[in-house]
Parts: sequence; structure tokens; C-alpha cells
Amino acid sequence: MIPTREEMYAALEARHGRERQKKFSEAAVAVCGLGGLGSNVAIHLARAGVGRLTLIDFDNVDISNLNRQQYFPDQLGRPKAEALRETIHRIAPYCEINAVSAKITDDNMAELLGDCGFICECFDKANQKAMLVNGVLENFPGKYLVAASGMAGLGSANEIVTRKAGGRFYICGDGHSDVNELGTLYAPRVAVCAAHEATMILRLISGETGP
Amino acid sequence: MVKVNGTQMEIAGVTVAEFLEKNGYDRTKVAVEINLDIVPKARYDSTVINDGDSVEVVSFVGGG
Repeated sequence: MIPTREEMYAALEARHGRERQKKFSEAAVAVCGLGGLGSNVAIHLARAGVGRLTLIDFDNVDISNLNRQQYFPDQLGRPKAEALRETIHRIAPYCEINAVSAKITDDNMAELLGDCGFICECFDKANQKAMLVNGVLENFPGKYLVAASGMAGLGSANEIVTRKAGGRFYICGDGHSDVNELGTLYAPRVAVCAAHEATMILRLISGETGP
Repeated sequence: MVKVNGTQMEIAGVTVAEFLEKNGYDRTKVAVEINLDIVPKARYDSTVINDGDSVEVVSFVGGG
């Protein structure tokens, strides 16, 4: 028996406080890229009771994703956005999710991100990260943007930090661990970086602007 | 003097594009801010870094 919307909300309110939970439930966050970072970020935000999530990824779930991304073997081959929506609805059945199976480009950015006040960059490729960050900072100066760079390999998790890199722009990661040099990504270290991003988003929704 | 990512450098007068190239940055993998304002990519060639500016080059590496 799944709890009612009111029961779920009351349980969150009891833990997070009335005012803060109201802010979480009224917030809309776009998670751009649903790999090791984005799948974890989205689940963290849904658990906290963020009201609306836009989940964007053009890719399908692949067996190579299972070492670090929040998908299941029975979801292989399915669009990541849909698979993740299904998982999140098991966790937070009343979270409003817009699952978008598309590639974000300069041309569709306004349409896809338009109504979200908070943007979380969770892409894999450096040039895609830069494309999104430049696009958001150039075209949507009113939105908050949290990005990530540097979480590959098995360097110390203590190197991963959140820093403020502009007026409404934050960046998480160690800044240097490149998957193209280190070869691979490990679940916990990517999850640490994703947790930094999700924490920063929740802080911003709460009105805390320090990194 | 110009402050670049917190370090003082003698680069006043060069364009953003020239600075990136001289310092080995790939312009497709960075975001550049001057005095906290983003420099649009289309203006890298025409934006000159001035004395007293504070420049932030955010350089992205792969993985996610």
C-alpha cells in the first residue's frame, strides 16, 4: 500500500521543517545528463521532496552503465529518462517528472530548461559540459547553475569540493580527474560528486548561497 | 595586473581568445568570466582583458 500524497508530504515536513519543505516542493530542477552524476542527483532531489524534476538524456541504458549509474539490468535498452522516472516514482510517487529523451543543444535549451529555476549539469563529455554552462550563463542569467568537473579514477574523495565560480554558478568536483586520462569512473567517487551537486541545489532552494 | 583564477598575471591588453590559446586551454571545454560576467563564446576574439580585471577560466574535464 503506497502512502497518500499527504502522508508522504507530512513525513518530509516532519524531517525537513515546514518552511524548507514548502520551498523544496515548489522548486523545479532540470537534471541535464542522466549518467553516474545525473541519476544520483535526481534520486537525491526526489528523496528530499523536490516537486518538479526535468530529466534529460538522449541515451539508452547500457550494460556498461551499471557499474555506477542508478539503473537495473531489467532496464537495459530503455531510454534513461524513462527508466529513471520509473525508479524515482517508486521512491517518490508524487514527484512531477518531465522525462525528456533528447540531446540538449543551443537551439532547444530555452524550450527544455525554460521553466526550471535550478539547472544541474551532469554530462559526461567536457565539451558538452562547457556548451551547457555557456548556454545557461549567456541566456538565462536568472537561473542557478550547478556543474561538475573532475571525479574520475580513485583519488581521495576528500579532493571533491563545491566552489562558487560566478554569481549564480557553482562547480563541484576535484577540477582535474579526467576520465580520458584515468580510464574509468567508480560508483562511490562519482556519487560523492553527485551528492555535492544535489546538496548545493538543496542549499540554493533553501536560500543558502554559500558553496 | 590581471587576476586569473586568483593569481596575478601580466596579461592586460590581450583578447580572451589569445589568452586561452597561449595558456593551452581548449576553447570548446571552458567557460570564461570577467568580473563575474560570462564572456559569450562568440566574443572571445573581440573581448580584450583590461588592467584590473578579474578573470575566471572554468576548465572542464570529462566524466560524469
